[in-house]
This record gives sequence, structure tokens and C-alpha cells, in this order.
Amino acid sequence: MAQSQVRLGGLLLQHQYGEIVENVGAFLAAKGSFTLKDIAEGTKLGINEVKKALCVLIQHNMMDFERNRRGLLEYTIHINKVLFITRYPRYIYCAKTLYGDVGEFLVEELLSHGQMLMSHVCRRVSERITQALEAGQSVDELKVRKTFVELVETHFLQRVAAPPSDSADKVDEETELQIKEKEMFLIPPAMDIDYGKVNPTVSSSGKRKREDGEEGDKVAKRPRSTSPLSDEKNEDAPDKGVYWHINFTRFHQFFRDQAVLSALNSKIDRYACEIVRTMLRVSEKTTVPLAPTTHPMSSHEIFQSLPPELDLNRQTLGEYLTLLAEDKTEIVNKAGESGGGMYILNMQKALETLCKASIESVVQERFGSKCSRIFRLLLMKRHLEQKQVEDMAMIPAKEAKELLYKLFSENFVTMQEIPKTPDHAPSRTFYLFGINMHQVSRMLLDRCYKAMGNLISRREHENTENRRLVEKSQRVDAISASLQSSGADTTQMSEVEEMITPPERQQLNKLKHDINKLEQSELQLDETIFLLESYLPGSEAMVLY
Amino acid sequence: MGGRGRGRGRGKPMSFDIESLGFQNKKELPKSKEEPPPLYPPLEFKPVSLQEGEEADYLLALKQEFRGSMRESPYFIKPQSTKRDIERYSDKYQLNGQNKGQGLGWTPNWNTFPKELRIREKKPKRLKVSVKPSLSVTKVKAKGQKSDSKEAENKLKQILQTEEDGDDDEDEDEEEKKKKEAEGEEEEEEEFYDDEDIEEGTDYALSYFDNGEDYLDADDDALEDGPVY
Repeated sequence: MAQSQVRLGGLLLQHQYGEIVENVGAFLAAKGSFTLKDIAEGTKLGINEVKKALCVLIQHNMMDFERNRRGLLEYTIHINKVLFITRYPRYIYCAKTLYGDVGEFLVEELLSHGQMLMSHVCRRVSERITQALEAGQSVDELKVRKTFVELVETHFLQRVAAPPSDSADKVDEETELQIKEKEMFLIPPAMDIDYGKVNPTVSSSGKRKREDGEEGDKVAKRPRSTSPLSDEKNEDAPDKGVYWHINFTRFHQFFRDQAVLSALNSKIDRYACEIVRTMLRVSEKTTVPLAPTTHPMSSHEIFQSLPPELDLNRQTLGEYLTLLAEDKTEIVNKAGESGGGMYILNMQKALETLCKASIESVVQERFGSKCSRIFRLLLMKRHLEQKQVEDMAMIPAKEAKELLYKLFSENFVTMQEIPKTPDHAPSRTFYLFGINMHQVSRMLLDRCYKAMGNLISRREHENTENRRLVEKSQRVDAISASLQSSGADTTQMSEVEEMITPPERQQLNKLKHDINKLEQSELQLDETIFLLESYLPGSEAMVLY
Repeated sequence: MGGRGRGRGRGKPMSFDIESLGFQNKKELPKSKEEPPPLYPPLEFKPVSLQEGEEADYLLALKQEFRGSMRESPYFIKPQSTKRDIERYSDKYQLNGQNKGQGLGWTPNWNTFPKELRIREKKPKRLKVSVKPSLSVTKVKAKGQKSDSKEAENKLKQILQTEEDGDDDEDEDEEEKKKKEAEGEEEEEEEFYDDEDIEEGTDYALSYFDNGEDYLDADDDALEDGPVY
């Protein structure tokens, strides 16, 4: 699995940050941690290029460094963080649904820059919004800051580790980057939103800086540009040194909850979904995030926290809770009778159920519905002999045997030999077939990574094949745009349009259609990857940073 | 091995024993394929179509825009090497334009970044050949001569500041520099000196070596040539 991860990571880095970063990243991912000199030797790149690549990787939270025994700095890449790149659009969209356009732009800026000061982010976002809105309207930077603070309070953003303030003792500053637990989500006092109300000069001085200080900023033409941060005046920032980045774990938790809730919604009905959502909210205060099961909560608590528009009375709530508790997916468990019934949410089981459903549908689409029936049967009964499978699945024996062995050859199904006699004679041993969820999930995850890598390289291939055509069409667009701005007449415009012949246009359309399809497949595949990753223990999708 | 005797009576001797595999007759052997295997395994069931809807479209648009904007960002490092087919004399004069792309393009937070990743900008150290006791003063003078007389004092002070910072960095990491940077760089620095001296003294304009429009066309946008006269 690591090999397919490394390949995918390399492709992602190449498209996001260029070939040099890809070389460095792939080298470190495949071979482990190395010092700067070793990396330069191993990748055969210039030392400056390697330095640039390492800076980029550290800036985007994908790399760590520490001092080794010999006193040199060794760099390690975290390939699982590189793989998050596939999920960036989903994070942005999630922020949009929760916090509106402001939230969307904030998250997008932070994702494109990796780490940033709060003042810088707020400033850039408010500029972008002002440009996106019609002339005459402007957005108050205070509003942007408020959204930022909300994002921090719900832990979607967190601070970057910094060297400890007590550097008087000769601690090596570079490697002792720590972040105290309670400080992680603390807004520096200079950026407090109330401060803006008390001292109105803060926001207005911000505006003044924006006007006269940023001619070098290329934000003017394109609303979305990641112009160099060196243009921003670091010294003016009131919160110097406090950098923020996205807290991926929190987003993952949110996605997981969303997946479980939508599953409940489609399985039972929306009242059950709302009840479980309330339970999740109640448990946020008492439970450590990402724990497999929540703290028990009484049905009274749940009843009190229910949103009023649901209009459920206690009895209906009780019925729903019993229904959920008796459901075979075991998402909700009844833990006791005190307080009107204590209930626990078991998120691990919920994820397992979702994974099972995913894998069932994979089997169905790949092998047919009869295979899917055998698969579900084995999931239910845990271990079956071949003869029992044939009987219980109600499929003709010959066909059942064939399908079972096909599943076995593709590693969806495992076999356990149980000998009856000391000599393992085949006629006198039990051969039990079963399904090992972890093994199957891992295998599928590996396949998913490979598939994603294939999708990306196919897209690249399509692009390079048609590059000449794409460049031509870009030139034509540029010409027609310049003609239009200089006020040419229609004959000239139509002449320019005719430079691209109809078959070429058709080819361009087909190319665009293909690439869109490939990218959409990537996005959808990423959902499956997320589900499998969160289910598997030790896959680091759900590790608290 | 034991089948060697049995196999002797057949027409074409084979390296393995047919009988032990279970076939009586040579004709029952499965036919050997004489072409490469197919490129893709046969697809039995067609995959389900992709999700449709507003959300999917919006996500797709986000993805493409994000990728586009990342390409333009300073974090996207373009490889700098431009391959020459043969060495040309004009390279000495036109390579100056390339070295401008050496810096990072953005400033990381050096508090949390390892110091060894700082890239030192190569400045033409013109008067280093003649050893003078106060190096920084001469550098300021040199800069003053090189730049226009219209340059304000602020600019000079800024240069002095950066020169001093550059000096400090150099003093600290001089050993590292010797270890890590190849000799080729020092040669290049010497070339710089030669260049500057020659520049001062030639009667020819710098654009004398004009290679024409098609030179370096193949390299997309790696090199912005000097001004076209």
C-alpha cells in the first residue's frame, strides 16, 4: 500500500507544486528521512532547488524535521498529509456550507498558502470579497475576522507550533517546536474582535495600509491569486509570529459525522437523523474527539437539547431511541436505565457499517449480484463451509462454487483450514470461508490509491496529447479578447473564430468532457478513500495533531 | 528427470513431461499463445455512472480553479535549467537574466523553519578581487556607482542593510557553504567578476549577441531575455 501511496503522492505534488518538489517528496517518501546534503545527492538536483522544495513542503504542513544523532537536521515527509490534497475542494465546500462565502474564502486562502498570519488572511479575504461584490459595496474586515474566530472556536483552524518562549536555556529552537494544548486555539489578544470595537483605529488603519501599501500586490486583476507574501509588510502585523493552519482532523470528524447522519437519514428517517445529531452535539462537551464511543448520555439530556422545530414529545423520542438501539448496526447502544435510559453512540461501529455497505456495493458492481449475495451471507454468518454456502445462498451448487472461488482468488474472502486428523488430509479437514474486514478494506484502499494515480496520469496524458490544440485555442481566445477590447467589428471576430476548424472544436469539446469526467471520478473516489481510511486503525486519517 | 526416457519416442522433444501433467496426447495440450496478452483485463460489468448534481459541479469547479491558481502561485517551483545544445559565446552575456529567479519568491516564517534552508542571493561582489579592509563600505560605493545617480539615499541604506544581513549570514554559514556548495558556484562567481570587468571596458553594446527570435523558443517560459532593441 505504501508504494501506491508514494506514487499517488508524487503525482499530486507534481501537479500542485512542480516537478522539483515532486522529486524531493518522492525521494523522501520512498527512502525515509535524510539530511539536506543527502537529499541533494540522491535526487541529483541543485542544492538551492532542494532548499526551495523543502521550504514549500514545510510551509504546507507536509514535512517535519528533527535533529539526528550527528547533529544534522533530518527531513521526513508525511505522505498521508500529501494525500489530503485530493480532499481540498471538499474542505472548501464544507466551510462554505457552514460559514458562507467568507468561510469558504478563508479556508481557501489558508489551503493555498499553508500557514498564514490571521491579519494577512483576513485582509486578503476582505479584499477578494470587495472585488467580487459590485462596485460600491464593501465588506467590513471585522466581519471576516469574526468568521475567522468562529472557525477557530469550532477548532477548524489551529495554530502552528512555535519555538518555546523560554529560549533562555540552550534548547535547540528549531526542533523544539511545541504547542501547548490550551494555546492551540487561542487568538492573540491583538486580533481580538472586541479590540476592533474599542479601538476603531485598528480596522481603519488596516484599510489605510491596504490602499497605499500594496501596489506590488497582484490582487488587482485576478481576484484569486496567491501573490508572494513578501509583499505584505510583516512588521505591521499586530499578531506577528502566530501562524494558523487548517485542522484537518476536525474536518475529517465532520465528514465522518455527516456520512453517518446521512446513512441514518436514508435508513430510518430524518427524525432519527436529528436525534443522533443532537446526541453528537451533546457528547461534544463530554467526549474526547475521535473516541470510538461517546460518553453515556441520558435521554433527558437529549430531550432537552433537541431543536424545538422537531416537535417530538418524550414518548416518541423514547421509541426512536429504542428503535436505534435495537437496530443491528449497533450505532446506538443502551447503557443503563438511569435518567430515563443512558445511551452511547458507537462511532466505530457506525464506520464499520458504512464500510461494509461500501464493500458490498463494490462486490456487486464488480462481480454481480449473486456474488454480492454470497458476500453478504458470509458477513452475516462469519464462517461457512463451501457446502453450507451453496445451500444457504440458494444458488445452484456449481455456480455458487465458481463465484465463491472467484471471490477467494480476488482476496475478498479468506479461508481457514481446520484439520480433523493430525495428517492434514484434504478429505478430512474443514475449509471455512470467512471475511476479514480489515484485510479487505486494506486491499480496497490500495486499489483506490492505484486507481486515483491512474486517473491523474490519464488526465495528464490527455493533456499532453492535445497540448498543441489547447495552446492554439488559448491563443485564439487571447486574440479575440484583445480584438473585442479594442472594438473590432463582427467580421474580424468571426474570422478569428474560424481559425479553429469544426473538427478541432469537436476535439476540444471532447477533451474538456473527458477531463471533467476524470476529475469528477477523482472526487468521488476520494469519498471512498476517506471512508476506508477512517475505518482502518492506524491509517492516520483520524489522528489528533 | 524420470520422464526423459519416456519422452524419447515422440516427435518433438519437450522440456517437461506431458504424461505427468495429466495429458495423454500431445494434441490435448492447450494452445500456446503467440501474441502479447491483452492490455486490459476484460470488463464484465460496466461501472455505474458518476454522481450528478449541483454539489458535484461546484466541487469540480472548485478543484479546477484551485489547481489553476496553485500553478500561478510562488509555491510552484519551475525547473530552471535550460538545456543548450551547444555552448554559445552569447551565453556569457545572456545568462545574467536567468539568475534572477533564484530567490524563493515568498518569505517563510524563519522562526519555525530551519535556518539552513535560507537561500543566499548571489550578488555580484565586484570589488572583492582587490582586498579592502572595510568590505561593506566599498560595496556600498560600488552599488552607488552602478545605480543611477537619481537613486535616493533610502535605497542605498536598504541595500546596505541587506548587504550586512547577507554578510552576517555568510559569516555564520561560511563553513556550511564550503561543505555544501560545489566548486562550480565559485567558478561562476569568478566569471561574474570577469563579466563585470569586461562590461565596464567594452565598447560593444550588451545586445550585440542577439540570437534571434527562435533561439530558446522550445523552452516555454523559462527565460525572459533582455530587452529587445
